[in-house]
Amino acid sequence: MALSVGCTARPGKSRSNRTGSWRVFRPVFKHDKCTKCGICALVCPEGCVEQSEDEFYEANYEFCKGCGLCSDECPAEDIEMEQEEK
Amino acid sequence: MMQFMEGSLAVADAVRLCRPQVISAYPITPQTHIVEALADMVANCTLDAEYITVESEFSALSACIGASAAGSRVYSATTSQGLALMFEVCFNVAGMRLPIVMTIVNRALSAPLSIWNDQQDSISLRDSGWMQLYAEDNQEATDLHYLAYRVAEDHEILLPAMVCFDGFILSHTYEPVETLSQDQVDAYLPAFRPYQRLDAADPISFGMFASPDYYMEFRYEIDRALERAKERIARAGKEFGKQFGRDYSALVEGYQLEDAETAFVAMGSLCGTVKDAIDEMRAQGKKVGLLKIRCYRPFPGPDIAKALAGVKRVAVLDKNISLGSKGAVGLEVKDALYGSGIAVYDYIVGLGGRDLKKSDIAAIAALAEKGQGDQFYGLRQEVLR
Repeated sequence: MALSVGCTARPGKSRSNRTGSWRVFRPVFKHDKCTKCGICALVCPEGCVEQSEDEFYEANYEFCKGCGLCSDECPAEDIEMEQEEK
Repeated sequence: MMQFMEGSLAVADAVRLCRPQVISAYPITPQTHIVEALADMVANCTLDAEYITVESEFSALSACIGASAAGSRVYSATTSQGLALMFEVCFNVAGMRLPIVMTIVNRALSAPLSIWNDQQDSISLRDSGWMQLYAEDNQEATDLHYLAYRVAEDHEILLPAMVCFDGFILSHTYEPVETLSQDQVDAYLPAFRPYQRLDAADPISFGMFASPDYYMEFRYEIDRALERAKERIARAGKEFGKQFGRDYSALVEGYQLEDAETAFVAMGSLCGTVKDAIDEMRAQGKKVGLLKIRCYRPFPGPDIAKALAGVKRVAVLDKNISLGSKGAVGLEVKDALYGSGIAVYDYIVGLGGRDLKKSDIAAIAALAEKGQGDQFYGLRQEVLR
């Protein structure tokens, strides 16, 4: 996306503000010990953890800021935080 | 029409002819006469503009941001402490790419408190992204306002401009000034056509947040626009010459440089004194010349290198000091001439209203010939601790 002159922006929802670039650590959902309890989706402050068709959970990396709450709260310890390489 | 006018009033009259739609300013010596005159014009209905009174310079330029973003041609003026208070806002204006024109009536910065002239105030904002033009006399000070609006509002540029002229030495001095008519100015400066504007029906925000992924590119775009401005200033200056007979196409202007061995470099009213001193030195057979820098931002490095290619040594007269280093102009002239083998000496002069006489100019030429430079000139040794 080309830069806007004067760093202007149109009003919009937070959906248009892709905050994924803020991330230092990314949550990796192993789907190994996962019990599909859904706590990760409940605690995510960004609301970006979603259940897919196979009922496992995944973070949307376009928006995930890498706060690590999902990994911290996961009862099965199935979500690992891995350092981002940019 | 040739008129005998005080510098400030001549500038105020030129600003009126530029048809600003919004003016916001806070009076401060020696800028006061300009905004006083403009307030009079608005009150007397000789200028159809909104005049916003505010409680500080910070608010003045902030009000200008809002008005400019809303699509108005905007004007302000300040000096010294007032400009210092605008510091943060100045960077915002450039970053939001708003073509505001502001007169800087150059004055020293505190402490110690001084209301007298030097160029420390605007020089201290050289990194803000504003164009900076320096006037030698009141004629040039008025003319540069028309030029500044024309270049600033160019959609390829979209940057604010400071028109700088020396406090008291020019602002409070009466000189003959060729004033233009409204028709003449209208023919040179078209009505403001905003690139984008605040509009409730189609809302946008200016100067939003940029993460590390984008910030550098925004800064690069400003720098690139300033680089483009060199050509646009030259073009607008040439067009001005065609229409009114005074050509401002050169970003730097030489005087007696053709066969000069020692060249002075100066900005602002000092250039007039240097030219007179050069005439006297030439009469004594000394090969001296002057390069006047009219446009300091963008900095015309290649133009300076070209103009000074034939001289043996350069004496830069800096009415400012980057404390702990050297004069700002001297540093950049050294950069422009790097590798040329030409010796560049920097002299800090005229701070806080200290006069620089023709005899001082001759003395500085002698110092440069002896290879003595990069120093304050004319210090009163007897008062130093």
